[in-house]
Amino acid sequence: MFAFLLRRIVQAALVMLVVASIAFLMFRFLGDPISNLLPEDATVEERADLREKMGLNDPFVVQYGRFIANAAQGDFGQSYRNNRPVSDLLAERFPATAELVLVAASLALALGIPLGIYTALNPRGWISQGLQVVSLLGISVPTFVTGILLILLFSVTLGWLPSFGRGGVVDLGGWTTGFLTLSGLKALILPSIMLALFQMTLIMRLVRAEMLEVLRADYIKFARARGMPNRMLHFKYALKNTLIPVMTIFGLQLGGLIAFAIITETVFQWPGMGFLFIQAVNFSDVPVMAAYLVLVSFLFVVINTIVDLLYHVVDPRLRVEKSTARGV
Amino acid sequence: MTLLELDNIVVEFPTRRGPLEAVKGLSLELDEGQILGLVGESGAGKSITGAAITGLIEPPGLIRSGQVRLRGQRIDNLAPEKMRRIRGKEIGAIFQDPLTSLNPVYTVGEQLIDTMRVHLGLDHKAARKRAIDWLAEVGIPAPEARLDQYPHQFSGGMRQRVVIALALCAEPKLIIADEPTTALDVSVQAQILALLKRLCRENGTAVVLVTHDMGVIAETADRVAVMYAGRLVEIGDVAQVIQDPLHPYTKGLMNSIPQIGNRDARLTQIEGAMPGLRNPAPGCAFAPRCPQAMDTCRTLRPIPVDAGSGQVACHLFGEAQ
Repeated sequence: MFAFLLRRIVQAALVMLVVASIAFLMFRFLGDPISNLLPEDATVEERADLREKMGLNDPFVVQYGRFIANAAQGDFGQSYRNNRPVSDLLAERFPATAELVLVAASLALALGIPLGIYTALNPRGWISQGLQVVSLLGISVPTFVTGILLILLFSVTLGWLPSFGRGGVVDLGGWTTGFLTLSGLKALILPSIMLALFQMTLIMRLVRAEMLEVLRADYIKFARARGMPNRMLHFKYALKNTLIPVMTIFGLQLGGLIAFAIITETVFQWPGMGFLFIQAVNFSDVPVMAAYLVLVSFLFVVINTIVDLLYHVVDPRLRVEKSTARGV
Repeated sequence: MTLLELDNIVVEFPTRRGPLEAVKGLSLELDEGQILGLVGESGAGKSITGAAITGLIEPPGLIRSGQVRLRGQRIDNLAPEKMRRIRGKEIGAIFQDPLTSLNPVYTVGEQLIDTMRVHLGLDHKAARKRAIDWLAEVGIPAPEARLDQYPHQFSGGMRQRVVIALALCAEPKLIIADEPTTALDVSVQAQILALLKRLCRENGTAVVLVTHDMGVIAETADRVAVMYAGRLVEIGDVAQVIQDPLHPYTKGLMNSIPQIGNRDARLTQIEGAMPGLRNPAPGCAFAPRCPQAMDTCRTLRPIPVDAGSGQVACHLFGEAQ
């Protein structure tokens, strides 16, 4: 187990190094930051001075080394746009994105799994057929369209829910949460539905397909032939086998949720990291873009490593066998 | 004492082009503690017959007519929940592939304990104790340690032993064993069959042993029923059917078993193939392949008549000629 953990951590570190290199390359290719930082009438001396101060005249390798070393400590330099440390900006925005993704992921799981089980157990019922059709819509309609439709219906026409922002937030020692105020909770509803919809339909269809497959398996037939009650057959014997592959996909999708949050945050003007990133792109604010890239990759890698570890906990076939006496 | 009776059962699969009859009116009886071999080539309807007894024919297949009786009580028309209680408790089943018959994410102990708790109403502790006894009973060394292991930690032969323990643990009076050794190593096959036979003899459990392997039948069964194209062609005591088969099809089957020490003789086979289920011919289904076919065989279906130690359905026997 320890060797496995070590191997995964080394792999994760390598992935992060590659990502950091790509992030660094953005600095080289996305134009000259000096022209963004100084007023248009700055003198040549002022420009050269700043260039020297920022270390842009150093050799490539030195700059690269400095970037990696700083990034490893969470220091991504100053934002070109508002002259504040990038890490502060991200730390400010992170809670908004994290809460949005958390609610969306919970929603997707809490609805997707039961609906998937239901449609697998009653494949011919008209509710199942209807859900299948609706889920196809959920998968194929772009999320920004559903987001705008949600705003149109619930904010503009009915006027029940806010169409933008986080509502009231409470500061808990640097972590701003929207969970503790009514307006914060109301503001979470539409964005999390928009973000969750695709994932939920995906999970539902995945659970359904996996479960139908598992219900055809020999070990389910044998359990049925032993007279096991349906409840036990479906929710014990079949479900655990169903959820193992679902877990992998969900782990991958969780990273996707964080990345997809960009679109949701843009539609709802949600003050999270994705919104920050879009603003950074508009201003060619490379340090913020680079930091966002590295942070999202980092979350991806962490989540996938955790899923891999969970896999070993859930699936006995992957567990390290200490001493298996094999024999006929 | 008669344990199981099949009374003229017809198993049908509705298809777009009309129903297909996989079993076309099959009757047989099985005494308590008896081992009946059910043989025939692929598609003869043997496995479907087994599924009909346990009530596990895959939908949309169904028993169109006839009765299945267990100790004189009809079980083919029971409500699903009542039939579930019979499954495992009264009628056990063993399937072909031990590698896939066990749930990979639960320990063998948990699967045994669940089964016994469902049928015998034991508490967890008592069920666990009996599970250990069962593993020992089916010849698994160090049963206490093995109980908490997962199926993938067992070899194929060991897994089939676990499957047998699972099928027998609620002490059913009848076991439907559908090709229980086909997926196993030849060397392991004999052990598993001997184990199954010993346990059934000890507990007075009757067995319907579905197989296409005459060797398995000869070793294990008391009586043999030979199926062809969904019908019974011959049934009798194992010694008589194997030594002195009556029906031309049974003769053909026996002749197509390779003989040891007979190296250069060409292996005989039955020419042709079993007719499809669609558009059955009016006469005997075996007539097109039968070396002794007569005119009546092509027009008139033979009905089973008493012959030898059982019955045979062939115009060569009985008063039809």
